[in-house]
Amino acid sequence: MTGFLALLSRDLRLVWRRPGDVAVVLAFFVVATVLFPLGIGPQANILARIAAGVLWCTALFASMLSLDRLFAADYEDGSLDLLLLAPWPLELAALAKCAAHWIVTGLPLAALAPLLGVAFGLPPDALMALAATLLIGTPTLSLIGGLAASLTLGARRGGALLALLALPLCVPTLIFGAAAIETLMTGEDLLAHIAILAALALVALATTPWAMAAALRQAGE
Amino acid sequence: MAPPLLDVPLLNVADLACRRGGRPVFDRLSFALGAGELLALTGRNGSGKTTLLRALVLLVRPQAGTIVWQGSNVQDDPETWRGQLAWLGHLDGLKGDLTVRENLLGAERLRGRPAADDRLDLALVAFDLNALAHRAVRTLSAGQRRRTALARVMLTQAPVWLLDEPLNALDSAAQQAFRSVLQQHLAHGGLAIAATHADLGVPNARTLELTA
Amino acid sequence: MADLHFLANPARFRRFSQRVLPGLTFATVLGFAVGLYLALLQSPPDYQQGETVRIMFVHVPSAWLSMAGYALLAALGASLLVWRHPLAALMARAAAPVGACFALVCLATGSLWGRPMWGAYWVWDARLTSMLLLFFLYLGHIALSRAYDDPDRGDRAAAILALVGVINLPIIKFSVDWWNTLHQPASLMRLDAPAIHPAILMPLLWMAGSFLLLFILLVLVRTETEIDRRRLEIADQNA
Repeated sequence: MTGFLALLSRDLRLVWRRPGDVAVVLAFFVVATVLFPLGIGPQANILARIAAGVLWCTALFASMLSLDRLFAADYEDGSLDLLLLAPWPLELAALAKCAAHWIVTGLPLAALAPLLGVAFGLPPDALMALAATLLIGTPTLSLIGGLAASLTLGARRGGALLALLALPLCVPTLIFGAAAIETLMTGEDLLAHIAILAALALVALATTPWAMAAALRQAGE
Repeated sequence: MAPPLLDVPLLNVADLACRRGGRPVFDRLSFALGAGELLALTGRNGSGKTTLLRALVLLVRPQAGTIVWQGSNVQDDPETWRGQLAWLGHLDGLKGDLTVRENLLGAERLRGRPAADDRLDLALVAFDLNALAHRAVRTLSAGQRRRTALARVMLTQAPVWLLDEPLNALDSAAQQAFRSVLQQHLAHGGLAIAATHADLGVPNARTLELTA
Repeated sequence: MADLHFLANPARFRRFSQRVLPGLTFATVLGFAVGLYLALLQSPPDYQQGETVRIMFVHVPSAWLSMAGYALLAALGASLLVWRHPLAALMARAAAPVGACFALVCLATGSLWGRPMWGAYWVWDARLTSMLLLFFLYLGHIALSRAYDDPDRGDRAAAILALVGVINLPIIKFSVDWWNTLHQPASLMRLDAPAIHPAILMPLLWMAGSFLLLFILLVLVRTETEIDRRRLEIADQNA
């Protein structure tokens, strides 16, 4: 556990030294989202109808955007070797990296999304639901994205390939995350959707660290 | 200098073989190292020195052979083996945005050990890094970074050091500093395996020449 | 030669495949001859779908085989990662594009069927959407296995991806089904159910069997090609 916390705090400290990296991702999220009303037109009823899907998709893209550096920086400067040689499980190290990624992208995205939701004319309860689903759904995105990042470590065309690998696997989270907000309009149970999102996060938590560790070990060979 | 206990080697490597991309890098490599011994790996570029080092720490899975540390096969319990190791790759493994001090303390914590300030000071002094301790590593020269990486190795207090070209980019003063740190390590019963072209200043060093 | 030692196993595979290929080719051709006769001429048109129902004799076996193909990739991935079976890597490399092609055939025939039935080439039907995502998973596998200068790394990364993918496939399928509440009447695709009339079941099974033979044939031939290619690469390196 000491190692896990050490890695988490080191990665957060590294982000703190370069806050611009996070700011760019958040700016992308805002700009990409704002393009939708510009492309579709300002009719309030249409925007409110598509808001959840649009915000979930752009949040997904934004979190993919920052992932290709997740392990690549460690791979290039040799610190990945130190993680591979640390006397505690590599699965935990992979998890710590994903946790750091979630804290600096998933968390701010979930905080920022309701603000953008206002611009789409979402009612207050939908804004709450949006933040809640992003809060519970984005860890899954970080884990799946982390897996894709570890698999593409050292590959040609890393960034685009990462998205190709991760996006299909993110579909269930996207579907339930975006649909949860619609439940408020149809009167279905929001909690059921949140429970499914949490279940998806748990499945990712149970499966991806092993796969990430295996992929990182290969990258070290 | 204490005589090495040759009758009880701590590290026993037998019939180690590695392949990369279908071709053998080395085959049936055997050696044993006791406390206080240095093994220098020599050989031309591409002869497999780095691969051998990486195989010894299980970063590369050997095709065949055994690595036995203190009587137990390291492949059975890799985590314990990793706890015994200090690693210096051809890359320094430093974070450019962190200071020298943060890098060293962070690396210690990553090994799961609390950072001890007195040991840190010793390592900083040994490699003449005191003046640089609060500089971001990205602002340092290649030699200064290598010194930081070597200080990290010293800080681990691990019994087995694996070093890939430790003298890379070092000036003569820094080389001298490293030699005396290495000698101290060996005098305290440590082991070291280093891929190197230069003389590491250890009189009874053993050498293993790899031929591709 | 010692350098080709790791291909010893593939060499054995080669002897095996050389022996079965002629018979397998013959069986495949025969299977398709009988299957196509049954499917196109012998079976009656559907009372609702008319002649369009015959598309299904290609569509459904392609769907089955593309799913089975991904399961095969996962099994090969496991045998590569656990036992480091060199043939598994080459076979996965050979099988992934074949599976992707079957998925593509399934999508194309599905959309051809959709034009007269739904009035559009593409409808966000749950099964078609799942198949599209399976096709994307195939694309990822193919791209990843070929994205490295060192083919071994590509093989192993793709093997991990296949294992993760096979775990996620049911979840993706479930979520897409849930997402799409406008299902097709289930009887169309539920051809394994006893409700199916034998007049349709027989040709479908023939076609499925022929597609299976074709799949095996293609994978065997392509695996041989991969063995040759890897051998050439090694020869090049050693030259």
